[in-house]
Amino acid sequence: MSLQAITYLFVGLSFALYIGIAIWARAGSTKEFYAAGGNVHPVLNGMATGADWMSAASFISMAGLIAAMGYGGALFLMGWTGGYVLLAMLLAPYLRKFGKFTVPQFFGTRYYSKGASTVGVFCLLAASLTYIIGQMTGVGVAFSRFLGVSNSTGIYLGMAIVFCYAVFGGMKGITYTQCAQYCVLILAYTVPAVFISLHLTGNPIPQLGLGSDMIGTSVSLLDKLDLISQDLGFAQYTTSYRLSMLNTFVYTVSLMIGTAGLPHVIMRFFTVPTVKDARSSAGWALVFIAILYTTAPAVAAMAKMNLITTIHPTVMSNGDILAPDAQIKYSERPDWMKRWEVTGLLKFEDKNGDGRIQYYNGKSKDPKFAAAGWKGNELSVNRDIMVLANPEIALLPNWVIALVAAGGLAAALSTAAGLLLAISSAISHDLLKEKFMPNLTETQELNAGKLSMAGAIVVAGYLGLNPPGFAAGTVAIAFGLAASSIFPALMMGIFSKTMNKQGAIAGMLAGIGVTMFYVFAHKGIFFLKGTAFVDAIGGPNFFFGIEPNAFGAIGAIVNFAVAFAVKNVTEPVPAHIAKMVEDVRIPKGSSAVDGAH
Amino acid sequence: MSSHDSEGYWKATLGLIRNVLIVWFVVSYGFGILLAPALNSIHLGGYPLGFWFAQQGSMYIFVILIFVYAKLMGNIDKKFDVHED
Repeated sequence: MSLQAITYLFVGLSFALYIGIAIWARAGSTKEFYAAGGNVHPVLNGMATGADWMSAASFISMAGLIAAMGYGGALFLMGWTGGYVLLAMLLAPYLRKFGKFTVPQFFGTRYYSKGASTVGVFCLLAASLTYIIGQMTGVGVAFSRFLGVSNSTGIYLGMAIVFCYAVFGGMKGITYTQCAQYCVLILAYTVPAVFISLHLTGNPIPQLGLGSDMIGTSVSLLDKLDLISQDLGFAQYTTSYRLSMLNTFVYTVSLMIGTAGLPHVIMRFFTVPTVKDARSSAGWALVFIAILYTTAPAVAAMAKMNLITTIHPTVMSNGDILAPDAQIKYSERPDWMKRWEVTGLLKFEDKNGDGRIQYYNGKSKDPKFAAAGWKGNELSVNRDIMVLANPEIALLPNWVIALVAAGGLAAALSTAAGLLLAISSAISHDLLKEKFMPNLTETQELNAGKLSMAGAIVVAGYLGLNPPGFAAGTVAIAFGLAASSIFPALMMGIFSKTMNKQGAIAGMLAGIGVTMFYVFAHKGIFFLKGTAFVDAIGGPNFFFGIEPNAFGAIGAIVNFAVAFAVKNVTEPVPAHIAKMVEDVRIPKGSSAVDGAH
Repeated sequence: MSSHDSEGYWKATLGLIRNVLIVWFVVSYGFGILLAPALNSIHLGGYPLGFWFAQQGSMYIFVILIFVYAKLMGNIDKKFDVHED
């Protein structure tokens, strides 16, 4: 069977499975639509959270970014897992006890005002929409490659499929569907990694392979990679920080607390039966996530190794990489390059006209490259294609390539669906029903929710055509927005009995305000091309060299500071709210708020 | 609710959270970022140690931390008799 046919087969089968499960578990009432009736087992909930969590950014984009960043790429790994420790200890059990089922509802009740809930909706929408833009970027990459179309056509197709998919059922459908998606995506991620690890190091476990010697030699894979990276003018693989130690640190903080503030993840912990389960559920989620996340650095390093050795075959035999005939001829390039050229995400430009491919750090000042007649890097490889192209680069069998296609789509779809659910409940329930149209019937509420999903997909798709960065980078911005607004307000709502509505609202607005300002200054106002104004206010990364993707941590500090300052000069929190916070801290007893569970 | 020692319970809870957060910080931000250059001179198989903490070790420890927390928190719940039925 041809690669194209087998890809359709795998993708088709996996979709049939998800849709079948969604129909089987189709949601009835509004409450079931959003929170699955509160009876999902912690292990299953953890697995579904894992699928929900691991999006196109984790699956498609992250390892490619790590391959390019080397050691500094660890900020994604630690950032997107370490947040679960915070989530498990600081938020999940208390939110479960609180007994509401969306983040704005929590804010509305804890901060005793519809204003707080509305600001919550605004922050949630900003973070979720940015997140979906990143997903659309990833979906575009996946669809364009597997259907052999341009990147933008891929995004249009992705928008249509995500829409059909997300309006199908609610959380309940999604919970079981997402368990299936988890299985597909984890197989798709680990199977090629095992093959490649075995091939390069002889060790079938990628996590161990990355720490092993290259097969048949006594040089470790990482040492070899350090060596050839430097030979080609790149930074040493195992030691390079992302921009600086400070930036790496702050970026990691931003992703960690963003993890603990993302509405579609938090929503998960409203759906477990008990407070005890809420704690362990976060642990199970992290187990399932860590399987992929500990494999990712191996995928990254090995993909980079394979890419370099494909183009510069002499690096393996320690030959002279600069010799005139040491690089492969463009006319003899492997098939996978041709397939990716169709999408426009891999490009070759013969700068020195010798018909061969020179892939290296074109910005390197090392005179040896010019002496060899190299006139700049000739191969541009979009970082988002690394994972999908990885099995092709390693010349793995067609069924593995097809499996990765199905996995990438599962990752993107599952997360997009979870986010769209968070968006639709925020708009239809928290904004329309609670604030503007209290007479909304249940059917109207569901329809309004579906309509807002459609709107969100169109906006995200449009911005996804001109994304503010690679999929994982865009998603990092979404985390920054959540980190600077939602996380601090949740934390203070639980851990401070005295935080009042004025403090919380002012904190959220200030936190997300400075973060948006810094991000928009770099990436354009609402990510529209040509509206960036960073040069007018101090140049790129002007705040201590911190990049916009990492700025959520600074926003969070501003949020805390403003909240406490405002709290101290406004009226204290009412007594019944302080009492409620005390109840939330204790697992025993019914929900802290009337009318839930 | 008044029959419980809620203050003692909350104090015990915060103490546990503090201890877990210390380990959490040390393995990721400490070993993985701030001290990584120093630790890289030590090797764990083919892994420089700082690199290993950043790209492998911290994640394993995070998983363990959550389950340890959940277990110890369960003990605290029982001790103060505030566990669910």
